Amino acid sequence: MALVSVPSLMQDLTAGQGQIDIEGETIREIILNFEKAFPGIKDRLCDGDRIKPFIAVYVGSELSQAGMREPVSPDSEIHFVPAISGG
Amino acid sequence: MPKKTHVQTEINGEGVEFLCEPRQSLLEVLRDELHLTGAKEGCNNGNCGACTVRLGDRIVNSCLVLGVEAEGQKIETIEGIATSEGLHPIQQKFLEHAALQCGICTPGFIVSSKALLEQNPTPSEEDIRFWLAGNLCRCTGYHKIVEAVVDAAKSMNAEVADNG
Amino acid sequence: MAENKEFKVIGTRPIRHDGIDKVTGRAAYGADIHFPDMLHGKVLRSPYAHARIKSIDISKASSHPAVKCIITSDDLPLVEDTITELGETVINLKYLSDNILASDKALYKGHPVAAVAATDPYLAEEALNMIEVDYEILEPVLDVRQAMEPGAPVLHESLKKESMGKEGDHSQNVASHSQRKNGDLEAGFAAADVIVERDFSTATIHQGYIETHNATAQYNEDGELTVWCSTQGAFGVRDQLSKILKMPVSKIKVVPMEIGGGFGGKVQVYIKPIAALLAMKTRKPVKMTMTRTEVFEGTGPAPGSYIRVKLGADNTGKITAAEAHLVFEAGAYPGSAVGAGSLCIFAPYKIDNLQIDGYDVVLNKPKSSGYRAPGAPNACFASECVIDEICQKLNMDPIEFRLINGAKEGDRRCDGPIYPKIGYLETVEAAQQHHHYAESIDQTSNGKLRGRGVASGFWMNGGGRSSVTINVNSDGRINLIEGSTDIGGTRASIAMQAAEVLGLPAEDIMPAVGDTDSVGYTGVTGGSRTTFATGIAAINAAEDIRAQMIGVAANHWELRPSDVKFKDGTFLAQKNGEALQMTFKEVAAAAGGPLVGAVTASPGGAGNGFATHIVDLEVDSETGKVDILRYTAIQDVGRAIHPSYAEGQVEGGVAQGVGWALSEGYLYNDEGHMTNASFLDYRMPTSYDLPSIETVLVEVPNPGHPYGVRGAGEVPLVPPLAAIANAVSRAIGVRMTELPMSPDRVLEAMGSI
Repeated sequence: MALVSVPSLMQDLTAGQGQIDIEGETIREIILNFEKAFPGIKDRLCDGDRIKPFIAVYVGSELSQAGMREPVSPDSEIHFVPAISGG
Repeated sequence: MPKKTHVQTEINGEGVEFLCEPRQSLLEVLRDELHLTGAKEGCNNGNCGACTVRLGDRIVNSCLVLGVEAEGQKIETIEGIATSEGLHPIQQKFLEHAALQCGICTPGFIVSSKALLEQNPTPSEEDIRFWLAGNLCRCTGYHKIVEAVVDAAKSMNAEVADNG
Repeated sequence: MAENKEFKVIGTRPIRHDGIDKVTGRAAYGADIHFPDMLHGKVLRSPYAHARIKSIDISKASSHPAVKCIITSDDLPLVEDTITELGETVINLKYLSDNILASDKALYKGHPVAAVAATDPYLAEEALNMIEVDYEILEPVLDVRQAMEPGAPVLHESLKKESMGKEGDHSQNVASHSQRKNGDLEAGFAAADVIVERDFSTATIHQGYIETHNATAQYNEDGELTVWCSTQGAFGVRDQLSKILKMPVSKIKVVPMEIGGGFGGKVQVYIKPIAALLAMKTRKPVKMTMTRTEVFEGTGPAPGSYIRVKLGADNTGKITAAEAHLVFEAGAYPGSAVGAGSLCIFAPYKIDNLQIDGYDVVLNKPKSSGYRAPGAPNACFASECVIDEICQKLNMDPIEFRLINGAKEGDRRCDGPIYPKIGYLETVEAAQQHHHYAESIDQTSNGKLRGRGVASGFWMNGGGRSSVTINVNSDGRINLIEGSTDIGGTRASIAMQAAEVLGLPAEDIMPAVGDTDSVGYTGVTGGSRTTFATGIAAINAAEDIRAQMIGVAANHWELRPSDVKFKDGTFLAQKNGEALQMTFKEVAAAAGGPLVGAVTASPGGAGNGFATHIVDLEVDSETGKVDILRYTAIQDVGRAIHPSYAEGQVEGGVAQGVGWALSEGYLYNDEGHMTNASFLDYRMPTSYDLPSIETVLVEVPNPGHPYGVRGAGEVPLVPPLAAIANAVSRAIGVRMTELPMSPDRVLEAMGSI
């Protein structure tokens, strides 16, 4: 059971809820279950079977490198943030 | 195309002849005709000093000198600073003090610093900073460059003292 | 810095391996390349900031005897209007391609429209003047606030505002809106005893690398393209060329020459695809270099910005609420660093109630690009100035305020993730204990007004993919080939990490930067990732070599590998009661064949980087000129592999910050032309504008790296803008909110003009 932080601009789909417990062992499973509970959220996060390129995913403190396949341990926190690059 | 001018000059102690168009700068001639690419083009209008060379008794931005002006002159570029004996103390101190990061401005700084220490063997930090203000560096903040020149001056003066 | 007894090589200051080439002028940078039969490429650029391109007639120019080829966007393959991953960044391919050669519209003065290859660079320029372009001039928009208003000239008909996955419904100039909300903002401000709200603005700024862009391309009859260039990332260039030219990556070889500065501005391609196309059509090598004017007008600067910050604190100095509204110039195409700015703006502090809104807005300027912690200098300028004003209102020492509010391990960063081990408070404590801070500053001296400023900064630092190959020579010295182009001495810091693993002196490693055919995929030198990620790849490769050499020693002694130990560069074993040992060199000689270790790493765990700066300066009340008297920069680098080059990153970033704060900025006329496109009037600091810079490297090791390395290259540019603005504000008694704080602006603020 992971704690997903819902970006404020997506909270229109979650009736204003900012943090939601969702089951899943990978990001893919989390998003699938997220979509089941709140239809429409998957299209905001994904292009087809991949996370949208300008969205980055943090699992705990770590920036995810494995996209949809990133494993999620129980009691993880998940954050979706704008992707960022350096200079 | 304009006819080329034949120029005879001395570069780093060797007699050199070349052909160039009247409109070509000394920097272009050094880099594109003579393949002495140590002097760099950073701005082409005399504001960054990356093209610094010695022309006669002074240092110049070679982008502001015409190739034809080299006629009968003595020119020293970065390529002539180290000798068969080894690196010049300024070059050595730049390495020891990590006074370079990307290194593109380094030839210009070394030529400029050498001219400073020839004119004033015991410059203050202010003297050094003022003299080198014509050479832009974007990487180092100048801190280690100044340290290197101070140390080079010490080292060169000690050598002079040792040699009596 | 105290000598580190834990390590043999790490923390020492060997002479960098490429140093001699660089102090003798032998090092080959991109513009130094020469082929006997090469052609010269030149670019025709739009003279208008906003125009529809109705037609381009190249017939006259084509008849010029020296011209071998002319291209326009028609010669580029059609690319889809898609966003795609390109190495570590995301990019819209159609925008990238259009920026190379404009298709239907010119969106900024300097936007490339056509390009020529000729036998002589002067004749190429003559030919450019013979190309006839029919422009329909359109009204430009040059200010992001104007660009956001209804009725503003629209740059892209297809651009609809993107709000975290949700698309807007009409054409306009706001490319995206992002938002972060935590806690209860209203309650937070209600609990505040003091509130400060200010608007700030910063100008468009260039990275100012001294070497301009360059590219030389050659296309062989077997379809292989080679490009020699100065770049922060050879593999990134290969990826971009592959997508723009629709060629497989394996048919493209990018050879990185030495690079004369990048700072984030030499990641995206500009003239490389043009050189490639010209080479493909002429079947000759084509060399191109940019002039300084082209660099200013035609490459990606750091965005100008408007930022509003509102902060509330109680009487004990605790921040109760924070709100920020950031509007960044994307330039002609979407994609400014407003997201990063939004992340960094309050990052050093523990704040429960906050809201941050970020807007990415297009306008008729060159597309913005990264510049050392992109977005963070702008953002932290605003937030750190408001913090200073809050401190003044509370009559509280700014260092004390930061100790009360500073974030530490376990606190939540404003964008969500919990901080692992970080060193922010350590930098603040070091500032508090530093003799600079202990010595007071006179308020006035000789008719000059003096002030002291303090500011902090943050950058998240990056990981990403890096590859290293190690070959052991039979004499025991090793070749290390890595994929990170060396801008600031990373060749040395990477070699030193391998040397530490293998118990060798740094001089016994010979590092080289490989081209895209010679080494595995490596991400850009940027994002403060090189010493961290390529270092990890080097460590892993060295560990592999060590294991192989243990096998060689074991074989030699007829023992099992598990019987052999390695300590301080020596292989040790016990056999029949006898102690055996072989040096690294002896094992290398005994190997009887190549010893090669190749590793690709993609590490997570890049450590967050923090800094706190102190600056003393004086203001001449007659001229408005600001002179920096003393500067102390304190930064947590995790572990300084080569302290001189870590210090160098700090010193260089501070100098850039001084320029951004006091003298740099693009100036535009009403037609959208940059009026100061030269180093004379785009005024970067010289050695005479700066004092010595004292650097303190704090080391709070990063658990994500075997030696504790945190990225160091970008954080240094984040605090100076606010530190200097705070000092000027305190010196003259007026809050400065606009950068640059040029003499006229200072005099205006003082009411003198």
